[in-house]
Amino acid sequence: MGLPLMMERSSNNNNNNNNVVELSRVAVSDTHGEDSPYFAGWKAYDENPYDESHNPSGVIQMGLAENQLLREKNPEGSMWGSKGAPGFRENALFQDYHGLKSFRQAMASFMQQIRGGKASFNPDRIVLTAGATAANELLTFILADPNDALLVPTPYYPGFDRDLRWRTGVRIVPIHCDSSNHFQITPEALEQAYQTASDANIRVRGVLITNPSNPLGATVQKKVLEDLLDFCVRKNIHLVSDEIYSGSVFHASEFTSVAEIVENIDDVSVKERVHIVYSLSKDLGLPGFRVGTIYSYNDNVVRTARRMSSFTLVSSQTQHMLASMLSDEEFTEKYIRINRERLRRRYETIVEGLKKAGIECLKGNAGLFCWMNLGFLLDTKTKEGELELWDVILKELKLNISPGSSCHCSEYGWFRVCFANMSEKTLDIALKRIHEFMDRRSGF
Amino acid sequence: MTRTEPNRSSKSDSENSGGGGGTTAMRVIVPLQGVVQGRGGLFLGSVIPCAFFYFLQFYLKRNRKNEPDSSGQRNPDSDSNSNSGSPDPTRSQSAGHLTELTSLPRSLSRILLSPRLSGGAVSVSGRAGYVIKGGDSPYYMGQKRVEEDPYDESGNPDGVIELGSAQNIKLNLEDDWVSGNPREVISDGLCISGIASYEPCHGLTELKMAVAGFMSEATKNSVSFDPSQLVLTSGAASAIEILSFCLADSGNAFLVPTPCSPGYDRDVKWRTGVDLIHVPCRSADNFNISMLVLDRAFYQAKKRGVRIRGIIISNPWNPTGTLLSRENLYALLDFARERNIHIISNEVFAGSVHEKGGEFVSMAEVVDTEENVDRERVHIIYDLSKDLSFTGLRTAAIYSFNENVLSASRKLTTLSPVSSPTQHLLISAISSPKFVQRFVKTNRERLMRVYTELVKGLKELGIECTRSSGGFFCWADMRGLMSSYSEKGEVELWNKLLNIGKINVIPGSCCHCIEPGWFRLCFSNLSERDVPVVMNRVRKVCETCKS
Repeated sequence: MGLPLMMERSSNNNNNNNNVVELSRVAVSDTHGEDSPYFAGWKAYDENPYDESHNPSGVIQMGLAENQLLREKNPEGSMWGSKGAPGFRENALFQDYHGLKSFRQAMASFMQQIRGGKASFNPDRIVLTAGATAANELLTFILADPNDALLVPTPYYPGFDRDLRWRTGVRIVPIHCDSSNHFQITPEALEQAYQTASDANIRVRGVLITNPSNPLGATVQKKVLEDLLDFCVRKNIHLVSDEIYSGSVFHASEFTSVAEIVENIDDVSVKERVHIVYSLSKDLGLPGFRVGTIYSYNDNVVRTARRMSSFTLVSSQTQHMLASMLSDEEFTEKYIRINRERLRRRYETIVEGLKKAGIECLKGNAGLFCWMNLGFLLDTKTKEGELELWDVILKELKLNISPGSSCHCSEYGWFRVCFANMSEKTLDIALKRIHEFMDRRSGF
Repeated sequence: MTRTEPNRSSKSDSENSGGGGGTTAMRVIVPLQGVVQGRGGLFLGSVIPCAFFYFLQFYLKRNRKNEPDSSGQRNPDSDSNSNSGSPDPTRSQSAGHLTELTSLPRSLSRILLSPRLSGGAVSVSGRAGYVIKGGDSPYYMGQKRVEEDPYDESGNPDGVIELGSAQNIKLNLEDDWVSGNPREVISDGLCISGIASYEPCHGLTELKMAVAGFMSEATKNSVSFDPSQLVLTSGAASAIEILSFCLADSGNAFLVPTPCSPGYDRDVKWRTGVDLIHVPCRSADNFNISMLVLDRAFYQAKKRGVRIRGIIISNPWNPTGTLLSRENLYALLDFARERNIHIISNEVFAGSVHEKGGEFVSMAEVVDTEENVDRERVHIIYDLSKDLSFTGLRTAAIYSFNENVLSASRKLTTLSPVSSPTQHLLISAISSPKFVQRFVKTNRERLMRVYTELVKGLKELGIECTRSSGGFFCWADMRGLMSSYSEKGEVELWNKLLNIGKINVIPGSCCHCIEPGWFRLCFSNLSERDVPVVMNRVRKVCETCKS
């Protein structure tokens, strides 16, 4: 298992030519309408745009409902003169779903920087979406048909139930993980999940993981990633890696991105089943900006995702601003370093504090949360028992933490505790409340 | 149709039989019995049931529109201004009214709400229901508690501390960058820590208020839009798609009068599984909507087993630029109510009415001013990018009177939210009423000037356009330039315009226009100086067509 087997496979080209991984019906339909004159005309314009002075024989664009009458281009002057800086002009113009090239380039180099240069990213494979939420939904629309399934290891981010299923009609079949091996994904668990789906006549289209994991706060081991990719090749399905917390690993060396693994593979039929989701919300602390990306090694997926991103575009103002910020390598290098440092220290503080209160956490090395074990406090090791405890913590301690059952964890008593969105003082108070609670409890 | 004393003759029985009821049936059966028993002959045997059937249909159809106790025949084609009292001052002179409509007085059609046909409460889709119900997991319940009772060191020390939200907002390094790079930030006084956190995806309240104010200005303050009925999202495509998910289930359909926006195919159909049924309008009617044709399309779909959930209209119309009058809107509302469907009014060009004296009437105004209007079925789409030269900023709005739709839409905007720096920029830009007024006025004036020049130039080349009162388009009749009156001819002409004339225009087929030869020319990104250049290009193409 693992790397040697994969290398064997990749040299055996006969097998792989038949293993082209499929996309959904929505993805291959032409309802996007882009084969019509509507888009052919735009293309012609893009390639040869009319400009009064520089290109007077270019194509005049009269196929696009864009209003430029109030911009600087109009000789009567712009209505926006007093409102915006000079860069405003480029921002407000219609920007198609390809996104600002400078921003994609900045994104690609930022993602590379986070991975310590161990993987390279091509800006043309980056598709922009308004947040990772949208990126995950988009990929689901593209890779799976309604009633198909994605396999997702538990515990997982509660938002997936919504993002992956709401409008797509796709199901989630859990890959059960437990504390016996620190909740890592095992080949047996993978096979079992696949079998469960097959038994129910549900077609599995892919595996979706979060690396580093939410809610575990831990990176996925390299070997596990290799096993996963191997599994996906054997079953001829996709692999989506949501790496939204990749810049929040406390020690850079402990993170392996699926991009690194794919970097060394030449076989296209293996590569083109791999897709990465990223966002600036977590690593840069800019959730309100709503900037997400899909990075795919599959040309069809890139093309389709780009078209579909019409429903969830990032504003050009945001792209422009972030392009500058992310291209400033000195800034980003400093930022990533300080971010990791502060997160690590904050993690150590909370884990220490919990330990003093007699509470253990899963050994974590990434993310904005820790995975805390309160199983010993449960009256009954059931979902109800867990929710009872959660209720007490919320109502009595006035702490909002997330119960493992909302993350579909099959072991009860685990809770996700976030620590990066408050001051140290507030964290102290939270720990104090926990201490007091534990003292009261041990009094019984 | 009057009810007269039923007489014994079998033929007149049929004519009066539309009233229904057991006695009528008897009167039909008796003559049929005669046929069966060999009397009366085949002729009567076929004529009677056919006649009965025909008149039953006719009677039912008319009763849907007329008072049940009206006396005398009513000619559906007569102008009935006299019935509604004083002439409607809002009706425009030529384009924009529906010929069939004028004979159906608004007041009468409202009175006769036949219980069978008034439909009752309009339902949202199963998918919307599922979205609305969701969110009762502890994950979301906890968030709610934090919102209700948030911890604050000084203000609320006993509040709920948020440890459930994976946000990393305490680093504040970005503000260093911002202060060092003000030009890149493009917004006065932007402080990142102030806007970095998660904000409501469906729009900040402040922005909704500003957008509501802008929409009021666009409708010349005839409507006051309620910000709490607004849901903001990242573009009109997303707004239309969200409404499609909320109002229709997979396999259902919307009616769309054509020619229509080319974008609907993607926005409504692609991911939703909802279909579009095109209802053609014709140049002979000035491309106005015929209620009869609409009706026919509805019932044909029904016969095929397709459930229609709504109708999509645009006002000003894309691509023709026509403004829908109040009468049009009433008729469409009646249509929607009687068939118990939704009505989506795409008003993205509301602020771009360029015709002097052109009056835009929003569906919201009709809902506001009319009683007995079923508001729950009305949904409006608005797009800031169109009226504000702001396409890249991606901000559109759904305005609905239906709380279920609003609730589902708000949740769905997590998948297509407006970026927070954009929200803040827009707030500062459009909150000033003076700025908004000046902007809207200037926009209209500039559009009018370019439009007038363009239409004049095209006319000189022998190309007529329909009268466009608003929006960015000329709907041009280029049938005379086609080599053959066919779709192929249209594509050939489009190719010539693009490759010889080097102008990119949209052929009518993209707008699902049933008549070939019509083209949509967008003029909003031309300056007046560009118009002669365009004319030269078109002239060149005209010459190649003539040779």
